[in-house]
Amino acid sequence: MSLLEIKNLQVSVEDDRQILRGVNLTVNPGEVHAIMGPNGSGKSTLAHVLSGKDGYAVTGGEVLLDGADLLAMEPDERAAAGLFLAFQYPMEIPGVATMTFLRTAMNAQRKKRGEAELSTPEFMKRVREEAAKLSIDPEMLRRPVNVGFSGGEKKRNEVLQMALLQPKLAVLDETDSGLDIDALKIAAEGVNRLRSPERGMIVITHYQRLLDHIVPDIVHVFFNGRIVRTGGKELAHELEAKGYADYEQEVAA
Amino acid sequence: MQTTMSKPQSSGPEALTSEAERQIAAAWAGVKDHLPGPAPLTARREAAFRRFEAAGLPHRRVEEWKYTDLRALMRDAKPLAQPPGEIGTVRARAAGAVLAGVDVRRIVIADGVLLKEASDLADLEPGLSIGSLADALGSGDAEVTSRLGAQSPAEKDVAFALNTAFMGDGAVIRLAPGATVARPIHLVFCFTGPVPATVFTRSLVEVGAGATLTLVESHEGPDAFDYQVNTALDLVVGDGATVDHVKIGTEGSAALHVATLTAALGRDVTFRGMVFAIGGAAVRNQLFVRCDGAHTNLMLAGATLLKGRQHADATLVLDHAIGGCQSRELFKGVLDGDSRSVFQGKIVVRPDAQKTDGKMSSHALLLSETAEADHKPELEIFADDVVCGHGATAGALDEDLKFYLMARGIPRKEAETLLIQSFVGEAIDTVAHEGIREALSAAATRWLEARQ
Ligand SMILES: Nc1ncnc2c1ncn2[C@@H]1O[C@H](COP(=O)(O)OP(=O)(O)O)[C@@H](O)[C@H]1O
Ligand SMILES: [Mg+2]
Repeated sequence: MSLLEIKNLQVSVEDDRQILRGVNLTVNPGEVHAIMGPNGSGKSTLAHVLSGKDGYAVTGGEVLLDGADLLAMEPDERAAAGLFLAFQYPMEIPGVATMTFLRTAMNAQRKKRGEAELSTPEFMKRVREEAAKLSIDPEMLRRPVNVGFSGGEKKRNEVLQMALLQPKLAVLDETDSGLDIDALKIAAEGVNRLRSPERGMIVITHYQRLLDHIVPDIVHVFFNGRIVRTGGKELAHELEAKGYADYEQEVAA
Repeated sequence: MQTTMSKPQSSGPEALTSEAERQIAAAWAGVKDHLPGPAPLTARREAAFRRFEAAGLPHRRVEEWKYTDLRALMRDAKPLAQPPGEIGTVRARAAGAVLAGVDVRRIVIADGVLLKEASDLADLEPGLSIGSLADALGSGDAEVTSRLGAQSPAEKDVAFALNTAFMGDGAVIRLAPGATVARPIHLVFCFTGPVPATVFTRSLVEVGAGATLTLVESHEGPDAFDYQVNTALDLVVGDGATVDHVKIGTEGSAALHVATLTAALGRDVTFRGMVFAIGGAAVRNQLFVRCDGAHTNLMLAGATLLKGRQHADATLVLDHAIGGCQSRELFKGVLDGDSRSVFQGKIVVRPDAQKTDGKMSSHALLLSETAEADHKPELEIFADDVVCGHGATAGALDEDLKFYLMARGIPRKEAETLLIQSFVGEAIDTVAHEGIREALSAAATRWLEARQ
């Protein structure tokens, strides 16, 4: 069975403006898919709709995660079912310590899956190990979530959360934006460590640069609210060289 | 949200027209010849009652009471409380559980009477004395009578005047200059029943120069019982002293509670005040704070958590008589159901109070469409070289933050709880004493867990 099946997904925002115009995508366990597309084409909208953000109206189509109707679930249920979104713009949460946030999230998911809560030493051990791999200063974890973090620190914090939550399907929305090359490498290595035969990933990006470090199995070109072309990793290089001009003509025609 | 700036206006004499006002007048006639205190105090009680008689209960056309119409809130005035019986005393011994597990010196004041046998009066730290107001008034302690309500703006307030007229008992605490009391003193106020009544309590706390004290008051009583509390505390703080004052309001669900704090602060004082309001049907906390000496550092915080039809008002008058002082006010309200919070903060900077640095902010988090928050900041500045400002916000929980938490697997209610805790946590975190701070956090958490 496929891990994720998106069938003819159509989504509008208020005032009935249609953003997603029939997205079709199947991700099997172990696959890494890249979605590349220009700004404003609807990539973040797709990521938000998958994770259950309010403010979008699904006007057609369906989404199955492990065969279950994803769109019928609350955002927290989707997370417990194995979906993870690394946000393009991670939120700052004043007053909530990162450690408290991580522990609450991990235990909430475990509880929903009928697993026992992590003991404090076990939790601390896991966080310390994963943070070290991502070169995250333990001092940062005592601070409120993302408050005062640099752009790169926020993105690494997203990857840390992914590593701790061990999702079945990870959607990474422009994890490369705002990162210098060293930070990009650290984040990409973090993502690569999580590649496994059971796990699927959708890497959304604007530039081919990230895909030098996270090499995808399949590349999709996203344009004007849907996937207009699918190919192998060489497609990313072609896009980098030629841009999206061809697709603009196609839409105009 | 409403934010208004306005000048106070005085109200003219009015007849006692409401049922409650007539009942208060009748109670006064019955009790005035039996109240404790020497002749000068009797005259002050009489004068205080005359102020009530002239103005009636504060109502919405009295600027300072604009949002808390006491005349409308008091459909009647309950009879004066009787001292607690055997059952009441048993209840009083169990009161103050909000600080269970914190090492404090408990002074129990039940139904308006300081219960010595239920209080920890043994082994007082050097320099500390604790007695009852009834004893001090009965023995004609001139110092006590002269200190009571010596602060002028408070004297004009009718609710406080009623306290002066009717006050019978409370605590009198004195700390000698230079003395340090590490163990917090906990004034445990409770109403024990058995029938709804009115309680007047008055306490006086004098902290000598350079002394250090943490003082907590908690107020409680049975739910669904429309008793009425008028409580006041006069705080006199000497130069260089450090005082923490925490007031925990956990009155029963139908109670009316009006509390006045007057504080006169000397120079180089560090004063941290916290008003934690969670209980009662209608609550008014009024604080009259005056900085009489330079270089005093003041932090006043409030955390209010309301639901149902609860109403809580925090009204603050901060008078900078002398320059070079710093004041910070941070009031946070979490409002669910049809509840309403009021914050009125007035900072007065007198002509001589140059280099005053004052910042006041109040924030309301509205958890329902029907909750309401009113803010009224006022700055009356008569000096030119000052830095004073205020800010107010009111709004719902941030949906994007909530989504971020939920996207990590945290259920909606738990996500809301985390965000609300962090919102009030900022105010609670100003409490210096760790045990008391944790007790307040725990009380906020219980409140949140009880939300459905
Ligand atoms: N909540 C929303 N309300 C209105 N318009 C939106 C909303 N979210 C996205 N859009 C619009 O949808 C389009 C696609 O945005 P987005 O999904 O962020 O694109 P991308 O991530 O590919 O840059 C843009 O025109 C954007 O302005
Ligand atoms: Mg985007």
